[in-house]
Amino acid sequence: MTTRPVRTAVAVAVLMLGAAACSSSGGGDPLAAKSPAAQGGSGKTVVVGSANFPENVLLASIYSQALQAKGVKVEEKFNIGSREVLYGQLQSGALTVLPEYNGALLGYLDAKSTATGKDAVNTELAATLPAGLGILNSAAAEDKDSLTVTQETADRLGVKSIADLVGKAQDLVIGGPPEFKSRREQQFKDAYGLTFKEWKPTADTTANALKDGTVQVGNVFTTDPKIVQLKLVSLNDPKNLFSSQNVTPLVNKAGLDATGTAALNAVSAKLDTAGLTALMKRVAVDKEDPSAVAKDWLKTNGLN
Amino acid sequence: MNWFGWLHDFFADPAHRSGPDSILDRVLEHLAFSAEALVLAALLAVPLGLLIGYTGRGLFLVTALTGIARALPTLGLVTLAVLLAGVGDTAVLLPLTALAAPPLLVATAEGIRGTDPDVRDAARGIGLTHPQTLFQVCLPAALPTLLAGARTAAVQVIATATVAAYVGLGGLGRYVIDGLATRDFPTTVGGALLVVLLAVAVQLLFALLIRYATPRGARTAHVDEPAGSPALSKESI
Amino acid sequence: MLDGEPLVRWHWLGDHLGYLAGLTGDHAVIALVPVLIGLLLAVPLGLACTRWPRLYQPLAAVFNVVYALPSLAVFVVLIPYTGLATRETVMVPLTFYALAVLLPTTVDGLRAVPEPVRQAATAMGYGPWHRLAAVELPAAVPYLIAGLRVAAVSSISLAAVGALIGRGGLGYLFVDGFQRTFPTPILAGIVLVALLALVCDLLLVAARRLLAPWATGVAR
Repeated sequence: MTTRPVRTAVAVAVLMLGAAACSSSGGGDPLAAKSPAAQGGSGKTVVVGSANFPENVLLASIYSQALQAKGVKVEEKFNIGSREVLYGQLQSGALTVLPEYNGALLGYLDAKSTATGKDAVNTELAATLPAGLGILNSAAAEDKDSLTVTQETADRLGVKSIADLVGKAQDLVIGGPPEFKSRREQQFKDAYGLTFKEWKPTADTTANALKDGTVQVGNVFTTDPKIVQLKLVSLNDPKNLFSSQNVTPLVNKAGLDATGTAALNAVSAKLDTAGLTALMKRVAVDKEDPSAVAKDWLKTNGLN
Repeated sequence: MNWFGWLHDFFADPAHRSGPDSILDRVLEHLAFSAEALVLAALLAVPLGLLIGYTGRGLFLVTALTGIARALPTLGLVTLAVLLAGVGDTAVLLPLTALAAPPLLVATAEGIRGTDPDVRDAARGIGLTHPQTLFQVCLPAALPTLLAGARTAAVQVIATATVAAYVGLGGLGRYVIDGLATRDFPTTVGGALLVVLLAVAVQLLFALLIRYATPRGARTAHVDEPAGSPALSKESI
Repeated sequence: MLDGEPLVRWHWLGDHLGYLAGLTGDHAVIALVPVLIGLLLAVPLGLACTRWPRLYQPLAAVFNVVYALPSLAVFVVLIPYTGLATRETVMVPLTFYALAVLLPTTVDGLRAVPEPVRQAATAMGYGPWHRLAAVELPAAVPYLIAGLRVAAVSSISLAAVGALIGRGGLGYLFVDGFQRTFPTPILAGIVLVALLALVCDLLLVAARRLLAPWATGVAR
């Protein structure tokens, strides 16, 4: 008797799997959202989304409050996933605006693109994006991906740039967000001839993982306050593998009217890297709320 | 694309066949976390349960401790442990142990307390000391109940060990979390399926253990939980 | 690991009382509405299982498997149907988990009426519905409440995982605190989740005293 429920459970698991397989009706990728929501025009609520890291939440807060200051109705959906997830939501219209980084977005849409400068990247982006989506003006503010090592590792291996890792990478464990490997592994092979020993998904702990030696090379953003706090060194990138990363609003055009567009372009006109890093210090180090920091910045820049 | 297609993609992916992202390695990591947490929880809960069950004192403690432990959110404990202790096994062991200990504690105390008082008196009567009575008479009788508690704990821990992946550790949660992050549906579904299969396999293993631990004469009796009674609390990521 | 960050920034707590209250309310809705729906489904399903006992084993097995599904994976599968970062995406799986706990306890409860009592009720002229309302359901109340206590506490701690797809009530405090190396919100979240669970548990105990005063001490 004792094994009978378990045996039934096994049978049920197999049956459910079979049923799922039969009933899928070729439905396509379920992560490609089909949500019918918000094919909005003017006057509709603008849904501002953000990826799951604090700087993106801060930027989304700035966008959201800048829009509200101009009388646009806004719904906030912050900290909800990676680019791969959010992009599908934007295409479906479930999200209207996302703070993006132009180079990263282009790399996602077209991994073969070789554009690196801001204007080249934006021109290609505009051509690559599907008809319903568009980018607004880029800010001067840039938050670049970088390969980062500890000062100790840099001295020990004598490396200053990613190119210096040739002949050493096979002994090094590399860390980054979970999607880092699938995005970049081939590019490191092609651009620099680097094959790393192992790729570890270290998510938000990459900088700390570098410090404690779990990984020797990590993908850390250039505006990460931990680079200063933990004495890390970002390696130069002579081949521009990490391209220009200007903060740029990515929008579902049907959902945003001229007022909204103007409000977001006004933000981009004022936002620079030094300013963004200062705001990020307040959020990540001083633990102030992103929304409060965003409010201050808008006020300082006369956008509230 | 359909579910079979996704699962085929997942299992056919060469990266899932060998190397650090292989299914075998992920399963072993997952089992290692889970086993460590179970052993640790057993070391804490079983002696305490034996003591409380045998003396009948401190039963309120069992209720209070299990209630509190059950209410603690694993995601919160894991993130806190990572901030305090760094990315490492400790960060996962702590919350998983907190999850596994309550069912073990309850089952041990109940099992011991449930032994027939007459049998216990008889054991004392023929001159067995208290420890002898506990370990030679009560414990064997309580073993099936104790193992049922261990099964509950094991299933919960296996389902919850997925949480480790959120803070950058390994195990099958890696597939679920990475699949979500990269919009790679086959990987997410494949990972989830493996977790379920592992949980079912562990249930099967414990069902055999319980059967083995039950005296033959008592096998028809209800030593097992009712068929549908799932783990008493659930938290998996 | 904290790089000099204190374990608790007390002033942060003071400054965020309204924010924390809002998250707690959101959390309560996300976690507890599924338990209520689970109860509403468990009673008819449980009745069906007592009327047709052969139904029970396969149903129980289905829920045993459902119960082992990692919730995050289920959330992901639901996103296309219920939307990213919506309450529904988190609440649908929680309903199934609650049902998985409540169905067996409901069946146990409905079976708890001794056969002689049932026959006595029939002999007194009770029809099946009258007997259900007057005898069987009241007898099942202590069991139902025991199941509800487990389901509610589990649901409350499980709802936090929804934060990983953008809607997890108090779970947001864990994600936010983790991303910013900021233990204060994480601790606040743990305490508030535990408090919410405690309050629900006490309310359910009180409900049992009220609805089934004879059962105090039975069916923990």
